[in-house]
Amino acid sequence: MYGKGLKTLSIATVAMLAVSLSLVFFYAPLDGDQGFIQKIFYIHVPLAIVALVGFIVGGVFAIAHLRTDDRKWDAYSYVCIHISVIFGVAVLITGAIWAKASWGHWWVWDEPTLVSFLIVFLLYATYYPFRYAVEDRDRQARYASVFAVTAGAFVPLNFMAVRMAQSLVHPRTFATAEGGMPGEMMLTFLCSLVAMGLLWTTLVKFELTAKSASGQVKRLRRALDAPPSGGSSRIAPEVS
Amino acid sequence: MTPSRTAFAAILTKDLRSELRTLQSLPAMALFSVTTFVIFRFGLDRTSLSGSLAAGVLWATLLFAAVLGINRLFVAEREEGGFDAIRLAPVDRSVLFAAKVAALLVYLAALELVAVPIFALFFLQDAAGLGPLVAVLLLADLGLAATGTLISSMAVNSRARDLLVPLVLLPLAVPLMIAATGATERLLALGGPSYHRFGTWLMVLGLYDLIFGLVGYAVFDFLLED
Repeated sequence: MYGKGLKTLSIATVAMLAVSLSLVFFYAPLDGDQGFIQKIFYIHVPLAIVALVGFIVGGVFAIAHLRTDDRKWDAYSYVCIHISVIFGVAVLITGAIWAKASWGHWWVWDEPTLVSFLIVFLLYATYYPFRYAVEDRDRQARYASVFAVTAGAFVPLNFMAVRMAQSLVHPRTFATAEGGMPGEMMLTFLCSLVAMGLLWTTLVKFELTAKSASGQVKRLRRALDAPPSGGSSRIAPEVS
Repeated sequence: MTPSRTAFAAILTKDLRSELRTLQSLPAMALFSVTTFVIFRFGLDRTSLSGSLAAGVLWATLLFAAVLGINRLFVAEREEGGFDAIRLAPVDRSVLFAAKVAALLVYLAALELVAVPIFALFFLQDAAGLGPLVAVLLLADLGLAATGTLISSMAVNSRARDLLVPLVLLPLAVPLMIAATGATERLLALGGPSYHRFGTWLMVLGLYDLIFGLVGYAVFDFLLED
């Protein structure tokens, strides 16, 4: 039941990625300052935005889980955070490449956004050991939700604190004195953002489908092995 | 007194009394911090510290010493059935959170009462910055107590109890440490304390306390359900 619409969504994602990549390479003007390497901006920044939004969305699903006690929302929250952590790895790698190319170092501590992202990533990386250290299923789901809510509240606070710790201010891409980037760049950027958002949604949907399918298989197998009891017909995907 | 206030006072006195009688956490925390100062003395190869180096040494030590106490905060509750007792008691469960935050706050204050003067004795040239430092210590302790209680109450019910608290708490404490060291750095600067951006950092600390106090209070109910 989670597989519904997956094909359409996948096709739309691939199409959108193709469109945005062709815009990046053939339509958007070369940056006067950084040249070709600036193109990584269209991958790096949308990835980061989508990952952060994904973390927040995971927190919102966690609130839904705590309020309704429905395990479905916990699975949603888990998958959102999982895909966002994977995106986070990509963000850190593309960020390091960009930093090496434009500032000459793989890692730059003066860039508040990069540092904030690293801290947020480190926190969410502890989600897995935290979650799987709790054995009882219901308690595991509840604790994971509490973690997701707490970490969701942490994200904006952390960005603020790191930004304030910086005396040196890097150019903010959207708020330069000249009034931001030119229209073509903005259009390309927005297309990339939509493409990355679609990619994230598709991956989340894929994982939910896979989890729900493997949960169903597990239940069916158990039903075959075990004598008939009050078989539950829950369709919530299992996190394991 | 309302029932929750009675329960709050009862849990807090119980905690403090049992700590006073068993001395399980506090002496270890104090001893740990003094030893860590000695290690920093040789690790940095400095006999006196000031500015950002002093702030970093002080806060890193206090944070790690706090982790020791946070690790043990709910151990008695789990082993002696305190969680079941609070579940049976006709009081709001958030009372346990508030009482544990208060107890941890007392532990941290006691730790700092020992560790900060020793730090000043070991490393500082002049102690003029220690007065305003009290405000930073109090606000940072409150935030650390809120997040620490929240994480500790979950970690104690897991397999990897001693591992989870440092693992999850350290990244969570980063904004707190940024603000605390930011304020302390100027207070311990060479040539007397300066109050540049002092108020801003205190506000960040207060915001952290507020957010995680509220989050902890809101979600703690769910942690006791079973």
